[in-house]
Amino acid sequence: MTRQLARLGRAGIQSIERLGRGHLLLLNLLAGLADLALRPTLLIKQLYAVGVLSVAIVTVSGLFVGMVLSLQGYYILSRFGAEETLGVMVAASLVRELGPVVSALLFAGRAGSALTAEIGLMKATEQLAGLEMMAVNPVKRILTPRFFAGFLSMPLLAAMFSAIGVLGGYFVGVGLLGVDGGAYWSQMQANIDLHEDIFNGVIKSFVFGWVCTWIALFQGYDCLPTSEGVSRATTRTVVHSAFAVLGLDFVLTALMFGN
Amino acid sequence: MAKGRSVEKPLVRIRGLRFLRAGRAIFDGVDLDILRGGVTAIMGPSGTGKTTLLKLIAGQLRPNAGSIEFAGEDIHRLRSKELYRLRMRMGMLFQSGALLTDLSVFDNVAYPIREHTRLPESLIRRLVLLKLEAVGLRGARDLMPSELSGGMARRVALARAIALDPSMVMYDEPFTGQDPISMGILIQLVRRLNDASRLTSIVVSHDVKETAQIADYIYVISQGRVMEHGVPERLLDSDSAWVRQFMHGLPDGPVPFHYPAQSLEQDLFSGP
Ligand SMILES: Nc1ncnc2c1ncn2[C@@H]1O[C@H](COP(=O)(O)OP(=O)(O)OP(=O)(O)O)[C@@H](O)[C@H]1O
Ligand SMILES: [Mg+2]
Repeated sequence: MTRQLARLGRAGIQSIERLGRGHLLLLNLLAGLADLALRPTLLIKQLYAVGVLSVAIVTVSGLFVGMVLSLQGYYILSRFGAEETLGVMVAASLVRELGPVVSALLFAGRAGSALTAEIGLMKATEQLAGLEMMAVNPVKRILTPRFFAGFLSMPLLAAMFSAIGVLGGYFVGVGLLGVDGGAYWSQMQANIDLHEDIFNGVIKSFVFGWVCTWIALFQGYDCLPTSEGVSRATTRTVVHSAFAVLGLDFVLTALMFGN
Repeated sequence: MAKGRSVEKPLVRIRGLRFLRAGRAIFDGVDLDILRGGVTAIMGPSGTGKTTLLKLIAGQLRPNAGSIEFAGEDIHRLRSKELYRLRMRMGMLFQSGALLTDLSVFDNVAYPIREHTRLPESLIRRLVLLKLEAVGLRGARDLMPSELSGGMARRVALARAIALDPSMVMYDEPFTGQDPISMGILIQLVRRLNDASRLTSIVVSHDVKETAQIADYIYVISQGRVMEHGVPERLLDSDSAWVRQFMHGLPDGPVPFHYPAQSLEQDLFSGP
């Protein structure tokens, strides 16, 4: 009994410690921003690795999600004779929710896990320690560019996801199901609000980009420097990111739309 | 004691060092001086904490008690900015090499130069080629670290460790994985580098005979303490049976080969 209590206490203390280390790392990541401004090439390289290489998976998924939305939406809307509003429904669901959330989940799986594995292996093979010995701060030089690359790519990826999704919805709705093309676009234009819908969606994806990249980098930086440690950290990145994204999405949605 | 040892101020001064790892004392009361301009060898059985000691000197690990001074400054009292400034004067060759895997051999050696100086690329090229020439790998400059053998990787790491012409270089097992010829060359290289630029070198090595050839002073550590220290000749015919066994690599004697454990019989027959 007391043993279990002690174990519980130890686990509690450890997770609080980990939380503390995570926030310390975040501070150090942000402190590297000034350095990053002097070396923009580091950021550009990471924008490619983290952002550009995630474009394929995000756009393909966006296309299919948009097509499915359109299919499902059409069957419901046509029951009420409101097929012309299909464009609004597809665009609103994508821009407000599915764009930021699904692309963040894909981002965590594609880019986040890669970041964790990369940093974790650099730690396991003493590359980070080697940098320290060359008087180069590994957090500033290696982690900060990756952090800002993730933070900046996420909204762009989400925007691509939504845009392709709207197109996918158009193909299915207008091309296959015979909704009026003019209505699809004009209803969308009239009813999607720049501030209410698009702006809030972008804020969400900035938050998700921040959190997912932070989690991925921290898991890599904090992992046990062994192959097992790296593999566990990679799993944790995906799981924690998914929880964080879905949980934060609820909180943000409540704050933004729930008056 | 070597003559004049107490006169000059040591570059690294360790006093009362105590360091715990997972509750086990790796060091307990270690005093150690590294003299300027000399080659100091640190020897000891595998797993006694030689690598740990180098990391403590470099400020990558924090001691639980005691002090480590580098050029008069207590390493563990420094703020991280000052520590980084100090590290520019240290080079370290990691046991694993620790090369950056996404850069070629050339770029690895050039990395610290590019980070810390604003030299033109043509000059960097010349510097890097000279360093690579010194370790015999000028021809391998375009290979990636994954294409190197373990011994070659360590030589590249050596070239990188000396790229900025530091005032102190720490070598963690520089000779392991080298064939007899490159080993001989590397041993001479360590000595030559040391004398040519009045460097201070710390060499961690198991190759007792070879290291003793070039070392000015040797510390033998084991079980968290300095077992013995002195000039090579003195250690080779030390009074202590322990040190003699270690230095000559004799199988029989007081040095345990095994990690501390209960007796084999107990272990074999006590299990489920
Ligand atoms: N990260 C760690 N966590 C816990 N214990 C460790 C860790 N790293 C090393 N140790 C322990 O510290 C001791 C010293 O390790 P160290 O790597 O310094 O040995 P070493 O003298 O360099 O050995 P070798 O000659 O084999 O390289 C070992 O007994 C090891 O079990
Ligand atoms: Mg070692």
